[in-house]
Amino acid sequence: MPGAPDHGMAFFLTRSGGVNKAMEAENVLVRMVGICKEFPGVKALSNVDFELRRSEIHAVCGENGAGKSTLIKVLTGVEHNETGDIYLDGSPIRPKTPMDAQDLGISTVYQEINLCPNLSVAENIFIGREPMKMGKIDWNEVNKRSALALARLNIKLDVTGRLDEYSVAIQQMVAIARALDISAKVLILDEPTSSLDKNEVANLFRVMRKLKEQGMGIVFITHFLEQVYEITDRITVLRNGLLVGQFETAKLDRLQLIAQMIGKDLAEFEKAIKQDTGDQAKVQETIFFQGKEVGRHGTINPFDIEIKKGEVMGLAGLLGSGRTETARIIFGIDKADSGEVFIDNQKVKINSPEDTIRRGMGFCPENRKIEGIIANLTVRENIVLGLQGKLGLWKFLSMKQQLEITNKYIKILNIATPSTEQLVGNLSGGNQQKVLLARWLATNPELLILDEPTRGIDVGAKAEVQKLVLELAKEGKAVLFISSELDEMVRCCDRMAVYRDKTKIGELQGDEITEMKVMQTIAGEAG
Amino acid sequence: MEDKNKLKKRLIDYQMFWPLFALTVLLAFNFFFIKDFFAIEIIDGHLYGSLIDILNRATPLMFMAIGMTLVIATGGIDISVGSVLAISGAVVSIMIGGDMVFLNGEQQYVSHYPIVLALLAAIAVSVVCGIWNGLLVAKLGIQAMVASLILLVAGRGIAQLITDGNVVTIYYKPFFYIGSGFLLGLPFSIFLVAAFLVLILWLVKKTAFGLFVEAIGSNVVSSRFTGLNVQRMVWACYAISGLCAGIAGLIVASEVKSADSNSAGMFIELDAILAVVLGGNSMAGGRFLVMGSVIGALIVQALTTTIYAIGVPPEVTMVVKALVVVAIYLIQSQAVKSKVKTQATPPTLKSKEAQA
Repeated sequence: MPGAPDHGMAFFLTRSGGVNKAMEAENVLVRMVGICKEFPGVKALSNVDFELRRSEIHAVCGENGAGKSTLIKVLTGVEHNETGDIYLDGSPIRPKTPMDAQDLGISTVYQEINLCPNLSVAENIFIGREPMKMGKIDWNEVNKRSALALARLNIKLDVTGRLDEYSVAIQQMVAIARALDISAKVLILDEPTSSLDKNEVANLFRVMRKLKEQGMGIVFITHFLEQVYEITDRITVLRNGLLVGQFETAKLDRLQLIAQMIGKDLAEFEKAIKQDTGDQAKVQETIFFQGKEVGRHGTINPFDIEIKKGEVMGLAGLLGSGRTETARIIFGIDKADSGEVFIDNQKVKINSPEDTIRRGMGFCPENRKIEGIIANLTVRENIVLGLQGKLGLWKFLSMKQQLEITNKYIKILNIATPSTEQLVGNLSGGNQQKVLLARWLATNPELLILDEPTRGIDVGAKAEVQKLVLELAKEGKAVLFISSELDEMVRCCDRMAVYRDKTKIGELQGDEITEMKVMQTIAGEAG
Repeated sequence: MEDKNKLKKRLIDYQMFWPLFALTVLLAFNFFFIKDFFAIEIIDGHLYGSLIDILNRATPLMFMAIGMTLVIATGGIDISVGSVLAISGAVVSIMIGGDMVFLNGEQQYVSHYPIVLALLAAIAVSVVCGIWNGLLVAKLGIQAMVASLILLVAGRGIAQLITDGNVVTIYYKPFFYIGSGFLLGLPFSIFLVAAFLVLILWLVKKTAFGLFVEAIGSNVVSSRFTGLNVQRMVWACYAISGLCAGIAGLIVASEVKSADSNSAGMFIELDAILAVVLGGNSMAGGRFLVMGSVIGALIVQALTTTIYAIGVPPEVTMVVKALVVVAIYLIQSQAVKSKVKTQATPPTLKSKEAQA
């Protein structure tokens, strides 16, 4: 087990073998030394070193709030480090804006896609650097080069179509295409695969390997450990804004990596999850939500579903297969145009989330930033909003009650925030997710719908969320659980509806729920 | 827990600081450059003076700024308030008018309809105007600027239809009390604003109204998914804006003792928006400060009064006003604020330089 790093150079060399110093130095593309960055109440980075070589795919791993995103933001000029230096090709740089960084050859694809949904695909790829001809934008060139850029990712689509007409996965690919088209020395991918399906990931990896061969340095931030091992050469691990170490991927096994990231005894952590899974055998047979032939034209084909109290019901399938669409119809965001719905054995008509929330539902949406949290409001306001919405305009919770509720959930869910009055936008992704969970838990829901609740959050928080899901079921609540990560689905779900091509194609339960079986069902191979 | 409260209070104080600062600077300027600006006289038990005058003249604008604040907080805008003001004035002037009668051998004017009925009718019509805007914005999803533009244009036409295209003069005395009466030595309209402000502050602070509006203005999709009735809330804000414009219309009509549908409240919507912005509110919606907008309205009125008082030639008053507004807005901008902040903490800067 590697110990704490000593100082700057010596550390790098020892960690990375240190055979040929001259060659090493020549190979270094980016070096960040002693980077410090503080936000109000949070020390995001303290004295962090980082090194990226030519022709290297380098993973940055760490829990929520470990400082991964901040480190990248400093490198790309979004945030400015208080102390420390950055070198590119051996010469010091100080990118003031992302544009600066781009000009230097550092391009980024961020975790939450930063594109303009109402512009065309081609416009998105060339925004800010449109090729000109006779003082006008050369649209032919824009469209041609956009199509080419996407072709490198093996994607063919109408580049003049509006971006928001395409799925999140395609939008992500467009963001990557944009970054690739800017001739970059350094490509930073911040959680690029969290919304991609298996083929798309394989596709992306192909492109990444090609770019690596061309001498590009790629920083790859992800929570998918398999992917770290599949594609990266080295790993930098951060924890709570501190550098834990820099490792060669081949020499660090998975358990060690997790231990480095969460910094606690791994065996204990695994036991905690297992214990809970052991107890979930007895499922009550009270049906909370029942849908018969519920469907919505063009969105999802009619399906039957039963969600029972005290169980975790999973919706499995690839992105766009109908799992999120099902959740949205159940919660009343999209109106069903066929079928009947029963809640607690009463036939009900669902027109809006208000209806379902009043009947005891809650929903953590897939797109946390846009549909979930309210970034400009405080942790307290975000948490009480669900309950207050349920209570209505006039039964206003007093400040004392609000703080009680907030502090209670900050404690239960272990939300890392300097105060109840911190703006949620300033928290890390995992803590934002916890705030969202707190919002619904405060309403004491009978059925909680979780769409990708662990997406983009770290191993530790993931385990906490999974544990919470199991606990809720044990308390007799119903949980509808959606995740792209099969192992997580298998671990949590009592029953599972499987979707393909906007259709529910089957249901699995008990021992049938294995990764292999789910994949076979999705692929259509199961009998 | 008390610490948390204190923290929040300090934050609100801080937000209020800049509008108050701007107002203070403006008044300080007047103190030095305009003779007897702060002098207040008592005539017939009524207080008179420039300060009272500003306060009194700002009342219609304060009403409108309050309504506008809520609308802007939802992420919208209501540019029809000037026309609604005209409609309100038209309704009340037509319904009161004034018929000359002889009572006990004395010549007197009486109202066509009972004054209370006239006032309620004018306010009801204004609220209906607000509801119309809300219908277009909240229900039909038309962009707020376009939706309220419809009533901005059509409203003056409606007001002229009501008054048959004439300037209607009001002769009925009790109506004048609203805009030019005195209570406890102060203009009555000030009490009207104060009472309304208390009502709105109660709504914002003591019910979930403020939280809901800020949530909706910050992220409308999340708000809907959290079960807030977004339509109803947005609708309510436009209705309140209509109500505010209606009351402002009553004050204006009462003050000038007539209703001129063509010019009453012309461009006042712009002053109202200005007041909201100078009050430290963001046009993007979300967080809002009603008190800030009220101060903003006072800044706008104080500025207008000052420009007249120091004798700026009429041709250039608008330019001077615009320049001062730009200056005030810049003072409040994030860039200046953060500069002030960083200058207050030089050590970090220095260490940064040392490192580099």
